[in-house]
Amino acid sequence: MTLVLTDDQLMFRDAAKRFAAERTPVSQLRKLRDDLDLDGFSRPVWKEMAEMGWAGVLVPEENGGVGFGFVGAGLIATEIGRNLSATPLLSSAVLAVAALLRGGTPAQKETLLPAIAGGDLLIAFASDECVRHTPYHIATRCTGKYKLSGRKLHVLDGHVADRLIVSARTSGDIGSRDGITLFLVDPKASGVTITRSSMVDSRNSAVIDLRDVVVGEADVIGTFDKGAIVLDAVLDAGRAVLSAELLGVAEEAFERTLTYLREREQFGVKIGTFQALQHRAAHLFCEIELVRSVVLRTLQALDAQEPTASSLVCLAKAKASDVARIATNEAVQMHGGIGMTDEFDIGFFMKRARAAAETFGDQYYHTDRFAQLSGY
Amino acid sequence: MSAPLNSDQTLAAFRRDTRAWLEANCPAEMRQPIVDEYDVCWGGRRAQFKNDAQRVWLEKMAERGWTVPEWPKQYGGGGLSKDEARVLREEMAALKCRPPLTSFGISMLGPALLKYGNEKQKSEHIPKIVRGEIRWCQGYSEPGAGSDLASLKTRAEDQGDHFLVNGSKIWTSYGDQADWIFCLVRTSFTGKKQEGISFVLFDMESPGVSTRPIRLISGYSPFTQTFFDNVKVPKENLLGELNKGWTIAKYLLTHERNMIGGMGTQRVTPLSQLAIRNLGLTAGRLSEPALRTDIARFEMDALAFALTMNRVTDEAKAGNETGAMSSMLKYYGTELNKRRAELTMSVAGSEGLKFGDAHSEEQLAAMWLRTKANSIEGGTSEIQLNIIAKNVLRLPGA
Repeated sequence: MTLVLTDDQLMFRDAAKRFAAERTPVSQLRKLRDDLDLDGFSRPVWKEMAEMGWAGVLVPEENGGVGFGFVGAGLIATEIGRNLSATPLLSSAVLAVAALLRGGTPAQKETLLPAIAGGDLLIAFASDECVRHTPYHIATRCTGKYKLSGRKLHVLDGHVADRLIVSARTSGDIGSRDGITLFLVDPKASGVTITRSSMVDSRNSAVIDLRDVVVGEADVIGTFDKGAIVLDAVLDAGRAVLSAELLGVAEEAFERTLTYLREREQFGVKIGTFQALQHRAAHLFCEIELVRSVVLRTLQALDAQEPTASSLVCLAKAKASDVARIATNEAVQMHGGIGMTDEFDIGFFMKRARAAAETFGDQYYHTDRFAQLSGY
Repeated sequence: MSAPLNSDQTLAAFRRDTRAWLEANCPAEMRQPIVDEYDVCWGGRRAQFKNDAQRVWLEKMAERGWTVPEWPKQYGGGGLSKDEARVLREEMAALKCRPPLTSFGISMLGPALLKYGNEKQKSEHIPKIVRGEIRWCQGYSEPGAGSDLASLKTRAEDQGDHFLVNGSKIWTSYGDQADWIFCLVRTSFTGKKQEGISFVLFDMESPGVSTRPIRLISGYSPFTQTFFDNVKVPKENLLGELNKGWTIAKYLLTHERNMIGGMGTQRVTPLSQLAIRNLGLTAGRLSEPALRTDIARFEMDALAFALTMNRVTDEAKAGNETGAMSSMLKYYGTELNKRRAELTMSVAGSEGLKFGDAHSEEQLAAMWLRTKANSIEGGTSEIQLNIIAKNVLRLPGA
């Protein structure tokens, strides 16, 4: 497989580029934030995105999607990153779909996938319980057949979801990979309390409390006690697509900074003539080029279900998180005072880079995991 | 001139034939890993072959033009398409065949000759590069012209039928073993410094040429200072136009940078394997956490860089512009190579400090010291960043 996009992928990307820039530019996120929008995203626009094939990007054609795979999802995510578009793409179209594709029963797939792909159903993935990503630290209890009790943190789009996918400990010790089971949960069920959190990147995140929430046999996703197989697949899908989004954040912040360096004058010259700034910009250019290669290769590896895909996911998430951090920090610094103002957009990119890096493991988490997967 | 696209079928046939030919013609000794510098064949008038197999391998490959698979057939090259050349590389790698010939004629001068040489120059010089008969060296840097290469002062005076060359070059790789030199000389002292430079070729046996080896911190002496004292160079040895040598010099540098940048991706024992051996594991993790983190970060960057090399190659094949990437690959590749060497020394501990009289590649300290030149030779890292800022990022006044 070559590291070049096919003609179909290029067309898909160009359509995404146009749509995101026209319909969900940074100003839309700013408006959602300033209006204290209750949904945190635009439902009509999400419906339009579904018509573009975004909501069903991972869903096979026989289930009502477009089947463009992880490379396709990544191409959308990069444009979302460039425009800081607020959408439930990651939660519903990536995490939930990945869970259903990996562990869903035929009945679950038949009923849920077409509805997700059509943009009519939002499913949120509720698994993390620690402030720092620790995927197997699951203390949510499952008693009897079945009552769930526990607390889930940083649930993306949790407060707008029509259904939840919740991980629970059905056996084993907290921290153990064995003994985890995933359940579909109705957010309106008795015992579910969802509290929306106000986040620095103005995106949707919620804390979900479960108290003796009743679920049934038909709600299990994947194999009982062996839910970690599905959980791993969901997390790697989310990490890879977030890496593609972080690439877009880094690219856009960098390009805006280059424009500023070419225009802003101090000491009677353009500040872009200063070598101190040129060398930092040139180094950053190289780092972003590396992220481009890594992200594309990782998405291809997930599509091909390569055995080393998890290692590449670590590389992508670590590298993209770190480079987006540098790119957005340099952006604010090189913009100087105006970069610190809320009126100017560049700060939004730094906020999103921080939140996206934190989600499902940052560069520290994934550097450690990369070393472990490499046997050291 | 682009070769016609190969159908999968003809390419598969080419692969079969190539494999059969390589199996029949590549001597067993030439399928062993390269151990020391004598295993690398540089050719030249005074070529020293380590053994008969090395000579035979060069002759057989040169006969087919496969020392330079993609160069045109009319000058002795292989005339292969990009796809065929890739197949040849893959088959050679599969059989572990060594490169039959390594030379600056191949990696640097040849592409410039093909692009800027006249017919006479091409038919005179290229076949000898293909067959490894003439070993070339590069006359670029001078004691007073390093990063500011265009300020070079070695001058070539017009004497009617010849130039008279006077001056001195430095960092001439293997200057004492080369047969001919491609050399930047000043032919005009007026106007912009870049516009008074010419590109000339001459025989290192010409009267007035002398060399002095330079001993480096690593103990090696791969470079010489090279002196020109009233050296007569026939005018027909001017490559391209008078005073237009800078364009050729820059074109050739992109080839040199690709070569140096790629050195960091050569297959070596992964650093982490060395570290597991020397440090040991505690609960599955390297026993020194701070060092482990740096090793992991290095290995991740090295993998990301290797993927980027692949992507740039793939994009070039797909016809996408990548010329501006050579500075990036040179900069990042050499900085990575230095990181690898620093970490290797840390992992090796006191064992890595051993530094005997016989300086072989086996010695880590010599290798570590050698890598310091990577980010200096062929344009320093800082010069590469300048080029990226100017040519890629289009920053003002850079």
